[in-house]
Amino acid sequence: MAPIIGRVTIVAFVLVAIASAANGGDIPLDQRRSGYLDLGRDSKAMQDDDTINPATLWVQDGEALWNQKAGAANRACADCHQDATVSMKGVASRYPAFSVARNGPVNLEQRINLCRSEHQQAQPFAYESRELLALTAYVGRQSRGMAIAPPDDDRLAPFIEAGRKLFIRRIGQIDMSCAQCHDDNWGKKLAGSLIPQAQPTGYPIYRLEWQSLGSLQRRLRNCMSGLRAEAYEYGAPENVNLELFLMWRARGLQLETPAVRP
Amino acid sequence: MARPLINVPAKVKRGQVFEIKTLISHIMETGFRFTTTGDKIPRDIVTTFSCSYNGEEIFRADLYPAVSANPFFDFFTVATESGTLDFKWTGDNGFTETATAKIVVE
Repeated sequence: MAPIIGRVTIVAFVLVAIASAANGGDIPLDQRRSGYLDLGRDSKAMQDDDTINPATLWVQDGEALWNQKAGAANRACADCHQDATVSMKGVASRYPAFSVARNGPVNLEQRINLCRSEHQQAQPFAYESRELLALTAYVGRQSRGMAIAPPDDDRLAPFIEAGRKLFIRRIGQIDMSCAQCHDDNWGKKLAGSLIPQAQPTGYPIYRLEWQSLGSLQRRLRNCMSGLRAEAYEYGAPENVNLELFLMWRARGLQLETPAVRP
Repeated sequence: MARPLINVPAKVKRGQVFEIKTLISHIMETGFRFTTTGDKIPRDIVTTFSCSYNGEEIFRADLYPAVSANPFFDFFTVATESGTLDFKWTGDNGFTETATAKIVVE
């Protein structure tokens, strides 16, 4: 019996080792926190009150666009999806999702543009345009307060893994990975600023530094140029994989869209 | 473009001090920035904001390039009579925007 128990123990150890290696320096689930908790009092107040939160201006625009007919099909989003407050509830919390047409993950912005080109037969909005941010914020707003719930879809697994690889890969002249700050050193300071965990709980966000609403990909590109790396283009598969990985990493946290950040 | 956001209480007691909050969508381009090709980006800001209560001006502000995008104002006044609050923003390139809010004084 003894050798068998020994073998089982060894197998168990190997499994534990593999599991922890796959997790890298992942933040334990119960220690994950939204960047909201580290905001100053004023920024918190700004996010909490819709009449103060400047992102509401985009949400309003998004609502107008939702009901506005567009494209050769002369159809509005509302013509198919009706009331967004009902039909779009919980949608943002499970994106990026797998698209059969793209044979890979698409984020919310891309999903909106796919709808535009396929069903409205209209020109897709440019990435980071006011219109696309507005619609994304409006759709995202409907899931505020819900838990981030990445779809349980095996087809996404390789893309999450690809996103993780990007997250832990050193890049740029600074030669650092995302994980070195956001997994290993969150809560400490970088040149006087707090290093957050990089949980994408409120995108698109109104960033005070931008004085505007911006997408998660804009934020990712910011970090990449900060590392003096060449940032991936808007909508590039690498950025979508990173988004997907980050949403998976933030699973269970509450969605705050549209959030305010410094 | 989004309409301005106005936040005033629907009902207030006579003589009570109440809060008025306004937020408007505007880029507030300072005029001090340049494009990557070296062209100056012309100034485009809101220059004045005013609020009147039943026709009487109760708040006025001049804005300058250092004010951030989407200017937000938060101020107080005393409830006298039921009526309307009229808000007006004016700025560069002939920018004007107005909004009104109703208030009931009990």
